Amino acid sequence: MRFARRLGAVPSAIVLLAAVAAAFAPALFSSADPLRGDLTKRLLPPGDGHLLGTDELGRDVLSRVVHGSAPSLQAAVIAVGIAVVVGSAIGLVAGNARGRLDDLVMRAVEVLLAVPSFLLVLVVVAVLGPGTREVAVAVGVSAAAVFSRIMRAEVIRVRGSGYVEAAAVCGTGRPTVLLTHVLPNAAGPLAALATLELGNAVLTVAAVSFLGFGAPPPTPEWGSLIAAGRPFLASAWWLTTVPGLVIVTVVLAVNHLGHVLRTRSERR
Amino acid sequence: MTPLLAVRGLTVRYGLSRRGLTAVKGADLTVEAGQIVAVVGESGSGKSTLAHALAGLLPDTARVTGGEITFDGERVDGLRERAWRRLRGRRIAFVPQDPGTALNPLMTVRAQLAEALRLTGTPRPGEAVLQDALGRVGVPDPAAVLDRHPHQLSGGFRQRVLLGMALVGRPALLIADEPTSALDTTVQKTVLDLIRKVAARDGTSVLLITHDLGVAADRADRVAVMTEGRVVEEGPVGRVLGAPEAAYTRLLLDAVPRPSSGPAPITGEPLLTVRDLRKVYPGGTVAVEGASFTLARADTLGLVGASGSGKSTVARMITGLVEPTSGGVLLDDAPVRAGRVQFVAQNPYASLDPLMTVGRIIAEPLRALRAGTRAERGERVRRLLEDVALPPEVARRRPSALSGGQRQRVAIARALAPSPDLIVLDEPVSALDAVTQAQILALLRRLQDRHGMAYLLISHDLAVVAAAAGRLAVMRDGRIIESGSTTEVLAAPEAPFTRELLAAIPGGPSVGRPSA
Amino acid sequence: MTRFVARRLTQAAAVVLAAYTLTFAAFNVLPADPVRIMMGPENGVDKARVAALRAEYGLDRPAVERYLDGLLGALRGDLGTSFQTGRNVGATIAEAAPRTLALAGGALLVALPLGFLIAWSAAYTRQLWLRRLLGALPGLSLSVPTFWLGLVLLQAFSFGLPLFPARGEDGLAGLVLPAVTLAVPSSAFVAQVLLERLTAEMRQPYVDTARAKGASRARAVTAHALRNAAMPALTMIALLVGWLVSGSVVVETVFARNGLGRLIESAVTTRDLPMLQGLVVVATAVVTLLTLVVDVAYPLVDPRLRERAA
Repeated sequence: MRFARRLGAVPSAIVLLAAVAAAFAPALFSSADPLRGDLTKRLLPPGDGHLLGTDELGRDVLSRVVHGSAPSLQAAVIAVGIAVVVGSAIGLVAGNARGRLDDLVMRAVEVLLAVPSFLLVLVVVAVLGPGTREVAVAVGVSAAAVFSRIMRAEVIRVRGSGYVEAAAVCGTGRPTVLLTHVLPNAAGPLAALATLELGNAVLTVAAVSFLGFGAPPPTPEWGSLIAAGRPFLASAWWLTTVPGLVIVTVVLAVNHLGHVLRTRSERR
Repeated sequence: MTPLLAVRGLTVRYGLSRRGLTAVKGADLTVEAGQIVAVVGESGSGKSTLAHALAGLLPDTARVTGGEITFDGERVDGLRERAWRRLRGRRIAFVPQDPGTALNPLMTVRAQLAEALRLTGTPRPGEAVLQDALGRVGVPDPAAVLDRHPHQLSGGFRQRVLLGMALVGRPALLIADEPTSALDTTVQKTVLDLIRKVAARDGTSVLLITHDLGVAADRADRVAVMTEGRVVEEGPVGRVLGAPEAAYTRLLLDAVPRPSSGPAPITGEPLLTVRDLRKVYPGGTVAVEGASFTLARADTLGLVGASGSGKSTVARMITGLVEPTSGGVLLDDAPVRAGRVQFVAQNPYASLDPLMTVGRIIAEPLRALRAGTRAERGERVRRLLEDVALPPEVARRRPSALSGGQRQRVAIARALAPSPDLIVLDEPVSALDAVTQAQILALLRRLQDRHGMAYLLISHDLAVVAAAAGRLAVMRDGRIIESGSTTEVLAAPEAPFTRELLAAIPGGPSVGRPSA
Repeated sequence: MTRFVARRLTQAAAVVLAAYTLTFAAFNVLPADPVRIMMGPENGVDKARVAALRAEYGLDRPAVERYLDGLLGALRGDLGTSFQTGRNVGATIAEAAPRTLALAGGALLVALPLGFLIAWSAAYTRQLWLRRLLGALPGLSLSVPTFWLGLVLLQAFSFGLPLFPARGEDGLAGLVLPAVTLAVPSSAFVAQVLLERLTAEMRQPYVDTARAKGASRARAVTAHALRNAAMPALTMIALLVGWLVSGSVVVETVFARNGLGRLIESAVTTRDLPMLQGLVVVATAVVTLLTLVVDVAYPLVDPRLRERAA
């Protein structure tokens, strides 16, 4: 039974591993140079020599998609990292403080949640300027509010639980309770949310990069690759289809893993 | 004469393929017209699944995989949904567990009752019909109740509404799945009496699903005992309870708490002194209003009351979880020092950290008190596990691998760890099955004999308290209304509420007596 | 009830004010400097040009003064002047809004029934495989980048089969593809939220009670479970509006439609801070107002909350 459930997560884990491997060692997947094109081989359809075809400058699409993994995933991971660290720190403080401070912090979080998140991302991008890291910060900041809410809810849930009550009667001090009971028990749901948010972050980063606010050309990002293929929609379908399918596959895999994690943390 | 309901070799499985679980394994059951049949079993015995199967209300993941159900001469186990709808409400009625969630919270009683009437053939029920349906189940002011929403009614009233709704179609069979287990004992008694009265009046057969042998003994004509998906014994109530044949039935009977077997009270210098304890919550709710009592070393005081009587708040103030508004708690005439008072909570599923091993959980108070070295603490945990009769390898497991009874043993071991003078037990057995309940109560008594700590035992169940405590205090609306030695209080209860509680103990005379 | 509404109104106003303040701070308070933001990091610092810009847009005045000025203007309904076009921000937004509203309305027209249908069918069916399939559908749709979906639809139904125009400016036919593109994630979101609630409600004993009374499965799902699931699901409306806003930015870009989304995109591209600030305030006000409406309507539907609100 457990084996079958684990097997369900295996294909998703493989997809994610492949994407990460592509980010760290793109040469494993493609030896072609993603930046240098051969103008005699422009807009070749998928086939011999170029497995997934070439773009308008004769650059290998497979290589560009593989090399696009690094900036795209990097931005998403940094974004989620910022969201988790900043968000859970805020949630932890609010959930532990209660009273005035809690009220104040949660009101501020409410304001952030009232601004449509994509708009918030774009506002931060407007302030910081375009670029992979800037986009990552923007996406991270706009997602932090959600994490602070969940973290606070978890802290309050765990603090009200029977085992924290038992620890209090035992005479365990508050910092120890926080470290041994509250944080470990809040971590599960948070990890699940972080994984689900990673999928979201990949999508948001791609959308921002599609709009042209990501890394400047010629750096291949998945979103900007699709944007670059737009003028050739009618004649060279592979330019937009290939990176699009890659995004869908990676996001599906990440979301599936997040779902598995969530089910597991709920089952406890 | 053919019986109204005949179940032969019924098997119900959850889930598909080999990963599934067989909840009912070849159960046999017969209900004659006009009879009340009780199905008694503990949680996980398959009794609730059986009830749902008989009403055609199995969850989508469950299937009848064997046997047959015959209702009024007709096979119903393979019926399609459409055919079931002809039967449900009109011929077979069903009252689910927990009246708190069994009514639609967004609809008035009127709307829900009218729906039931429409579905059973009264297209436009008039005011008189609606009021009559409630009047028949003993609702004193039907007109007022009709326009209430469920949350505005007490548990007992909700159960009456559910019952009234189930009976509008004048069904031949009423299936009631634990109709009273979520209610206080005194309310439980009225509802059960009502079921019996209504059934007799309308000639309705009743299938009463319960975990409580006493409930079965008081109201049923016949009783079927279920365990692990099988009916292990079936027969007239007197015979099954008087001369049980199955080993499991005997086990169940032995588990019934017996007031007469309680320990004698101990007199001596008070260990715990509680003086004028008062708790007012912000917003003005008075939870406890001037509770005072004392407890001697190695003695047990039982604190009984209905939910909301303030007994749990008293427990929390003594353990320091809740700050009293006024009044004092003294141990040996001094404020309570860390580790000397320990606590065992009601729900062993919530009181153990799911991520910790049992060993770490038990050692937690020792770590908090910085007692001993790591190795010494390990040794102490091993001895504590022995004390609560758990094998030493349990120390490496996590709570999720343990049963409810085992978890409660772990919670007790944790409370024992710092060798406290007093353990506050807040409903320590109410989440457990009868057999486990008896085992835990016996364990608590053994531990007290061995280590000599005092217990403050809090429960809504007078039978449990009477069987385990030498002294008794009865709480109502935040006040202690009666106290004394258990034998005295039981023999001559002074407060009317105590008398009510006593009369409401299910199965009082027939089950409470020592088995023959 | 009146006091409850009044209190919620004050809170809503505070949220919008905070959003205004927050964007102002993001653009104007150290280390941020509006002129530097406008010039972009790629341009070197030309002191004379910086000073000229400062003077031109009145940015040489102290930040507090500008904040209060802007706030007073906003309260009178004047959201300031665009750096880029020199036109009134409020007027520009009002001009662009109808096109985006048509897009969002068209999308919701498809998304709400579709989302309801998916959630309802998944709860209704007794076939576990079908339930799993329907339950997986929202997650699948939400894994597809909206901009890419728009391109795929363009490829298929504009270039492949020339059914719809590639540019979304031409009347109703031009609205179809953009609206469908936006409807896919929106319907998935609606279905996901609703199904989660509905699944929880279907396990409640009152559903058993209804069926025990003789109610059909369809009736038990619709009249009982769905009624209880709908309101909690509706409280997620702020997130749905968020989806529509982000969706409209990319959809309007893909289909070359003018509207609020394009306005947002161009305001970011040209770093038109007054415009961006106006857009944030308007979007936040819309979200907050809708949340307020749901909050106020909730007690009307749920009697348990009615007493608490009174």
